[in-house]
Amino acid sequence: MSTLVTILVDGVSYASWLFIVALGLTLVFGVLKILNIAHGSFYAVGAYVAASFVNWFAGWQLPPWMSIIALLCAALAVAALLAPLVERGLLRVFYGRDEVLLVLVTYALFLILEDVTKLIWGANPYFVSAPYSLFGNVAVGAQTYVGYDFMLIGVAVFCGVGVWWGLNRTRIGKVVLAVIHSAEVASSMGVNISRVYTFAFMFGILLAALGGALTAPMISVQPGVSVGVVIVSFAVVIIGGLGSIQGAAIGALIVGLARALAVHTWPPAELFSIYVAMAIVLVFRPEGLFQQVQARKI
Amino acid sequence: MTPILSARGLNKRFGAVVAADHVSIDIVAGEHVSLIGSNGAGKTTFVNMITGYLKPDRGEIFLEGRDVTALGPRQITQLGVARSFQIPQLCAEMSVLDNMLVAAACGDGALSFWRPAHTRDKLDRAAALLERFGLHLHSRRRVAELPGGVRKLLDIAMALTHRPKILLLDEPTSGVSADEKFPMMDTVTAALGSEDVTVLFVEHDMDIVTRYASRVVAFYSGRILADGAPDQVLVDEEVKRYVTGSAH
Amino acid sequence: MKRLLAHPVWAGVAGMALLLALGAALPRWLLFLCTMSAANGIVSLGIVLLMRGGVVSFGQGLVFAGGGYAVALMANKLGVTDALLLTFAGGVVAALMALPFAALLARYRGIFFSMLTLALSMVLYGVLVKTESLGGSDGFNMSRPTILGMRIADAWSGYVLYALAVVVSGVLAILARIYFESARGLVSLAIRENELRVEYLGASTSRVMAANFVIAAFMGGVGGALAIMALGHIEPQFSYWTTSGEFVFVSILAGHYSVFAVFVASFILELVRSFSSAYFPNTWQMVLGIFLLIVIRFLPRGIGSVWVGWQARKEGRS
Repeated sequence: MSTLVTILVDGVSYASWLFIVALGLTLVFGVLKILNIAHGSFYAVGAYVAASFVNWFAGWQLPPWMSIIALLCAALAVAALLAPLVERGLLRVFYGRDEVLLVLVTYALFLILEDVTKLIWGANPYFVSAPYSLFGNVAVGAQTYVGYDFMLIGVAVFCGVGVWWGLNRTRIGKVVLAVIHSAEVASSMGVNISRVYTFAFMFGILLAALGGALTAPMISVQPGVSVGVVIVSFAVVIIGGLGSIQGAAIGALIVGLARALAVHTWPPAELFSIYVAMAIVLVFRPEGLFQQVQARKI
Repeated sequence: MTPILSARGLNKRFGAVVAADHVSIDIVAGEHVSLIGSNGAGKTTFVNMITGYLKPDRGEIFLEGRDVTALGPRQITQLGVARSFQIPQLCAEMSVLDNMLVAAACGDGALSFWRPAHTRDKLDRAAALLERFGLHLHSRRRVAELPGGVRKLLDIAMALTHRPKILLLDEPTSGVSADEKFPMMDTVTAALGSEDVTVLFVEHDMDIVTRYASRVVAFYSGRILADGAPDQVLVDEEVKRYVTGSAH
Repeated sequence: MKRLLAHPVWAGVAGMALLLALGAALPRWLLFLCTMSAANGIVSLGIVLLMRGGVVSFGQGLVFAGGGYAVALMANKLGVTDALLLTFAGGVVAALMALPFAALLARYRGIFFSMLTLALSMVLYGVLVKTESLGGSDGFNMSRPTILGMRIADAWSGYVLYALAVVVSGVLAILARIYFESARGLVSLAIRENELRVEYLGASTSRVMAANFVIAAFMGGVGGALAIMALGHIEPQFSYWTTSGEFVFVSILAGHYSVFAVFVASFILELVRSFSSAYFPNTWQMVLGIFLLIVIRFLPRGIGSVWVGWQARKEGRS
């Protein structure tokens, strides 16, 4: 019984940051129709910047709770500075090209960012565990869990509901939905596509960097974190259906629980569990859980 | 006489739209049947169901007595049913000749890993068929550069490559200018020539229908309104009111 | 003579003879570089074969590593040492590895195909890293093979492996060319452009795609076999996605119009790699990334399109 609770808590908290990251990936795909391989790199940059900010804030003798503000500032800084640079300076040149070619463009971006982060932060790992203990411990039954994990779940729910609300209940959200549906039609209705693209990309990167910043206290930030993250996020969006918000949520839960189940029952299967879950879903729903297949007009 | 193609009680809905409502037709070999009806009446849905692109919600389709309802486009094509499309389905970056060679290669059963696609024999056959359609002057041109009418003809020529028993033409003259419609249909009928092909064609132009059809089936909101010889169907009051719009 | 060389088979044979003769004059480092270009080029040729059908595998590391590990194990555990036999075995094992996935992957196109192949290769990577009996993340060494029953002397090992790589890649290049010109090769191109039409002409697109996937896997395995014999060492990195990414890079640089271009592109990559590791050892990935962006921006159809274009224009004039 207690193992079951542990699996649930672990699975759901893993699913939360994964959902935040995958939501960004799926949003960028929905609007720009680009499957961004470098998404994991933005996650990594978010984690690195967070590590730097937390240490920086600590140098000013600020109260400990400010470290959480440092994490949020890190994510915002990446989204506000790096994202527009990449979208305006690089992606823009390639819009309208074949989707596989666009994947390769982002792959090139991944390679470049990988070396850039190494040049800036070096190859040694960073540890920023300070924020991890901010939320104390929570007892569930006989077990105690770290409060930070529950905070993560809260942030994920907030992000999911916030994005859903923003898309469906605000004017700008409706504009974005129109672009997702058809950029051409939206453009002919007077929507400034270029601005929507920049905005959507910045927002997607904000989520990636936020995922990175929030997990920084739980991991050692070092070269190579980007790869693992982007591969797992792909699994999530492929399970859920590319471009779908509910899909990202359900996909993240499936992946998180599958992984937690493996970790607590048979650890060697940790990596496999994710792909087994993905394979099972794809056998029954080749397009992912929340993707509508539309017959082409002939 | 047993029908070559027989549809029994086909039903198909897309959400609230009824695209086929108990559609039953028997087609006898050698007939030239025109399917008429306004847009959304269910003609293309019918063609798509016959050729396996869409599965009917209910009903069966028989080809020479064999139930083919569950088969996909490929199996139905292999049984001798070929079709052309409202929007011609071609390989736009290839030449006209290469498109014909693709058609030739696809119908040869097992695709060879080593026998060249461009053998003398295949080139000659493709060239001959292109000539029957008056397309031989374009054979080296890239399809993407061709005008719409030429593409329509190529689409039909590809469908005819393997001497189908039944040929379905989905709006062969749509997008073709008024004074080219008759020459185009003449080309198609001439190309069919002496071949014993049963033809079903979706058509909006009643002059084309009267001239080329031996039988007319009129659709209205997924149902068959009338079915018979052109001179009977086209004077039917309901057909005039709902389909041809010639009622006064 | 000129007409004879226009035939792909004879052009290929002549090219192989020329390279074998040239090899005798090359310094050792360049021989090794050419051997690796040929080995990696074969893997990329497999991707080009898939690209002609409209899909790009982002996970050829799977079959590259599969073939490589199979060959290394056969040599170390089973005592199979003949280089030709090992090369062929590497291809066969890789094709067998791909077989169970072929039917599933044949249903996918575009980014889905790329991502699923990527996932497969990363699963193998994960397994290899965790398998201690295969040396974990360090991998293990393989002893030098023999050829046609003869031991290879130290002084000759570079040339013999070079010659093997040239002959094997030459033969596969000729076979690939024949395949591209075949009925099935043409239908592959048609699938890339209009899959629906191909089904409506009575051919099975998924069967063509599945066969292409297995052929590409065979090539990947052969490339892996040649690479491990030249390197003498294998590690999970063979299946890592950046390895797969380099194969894709070569196919994009080559384009799908010319078989020869694939090997030229592979050689260019090896050159850039060795110069970068000498002059920018810490930013090799960045160099590769920038190079890739330049190719996609300015040569989206690859270098092969350049000389195929020349040829077409020349024929057009004469």
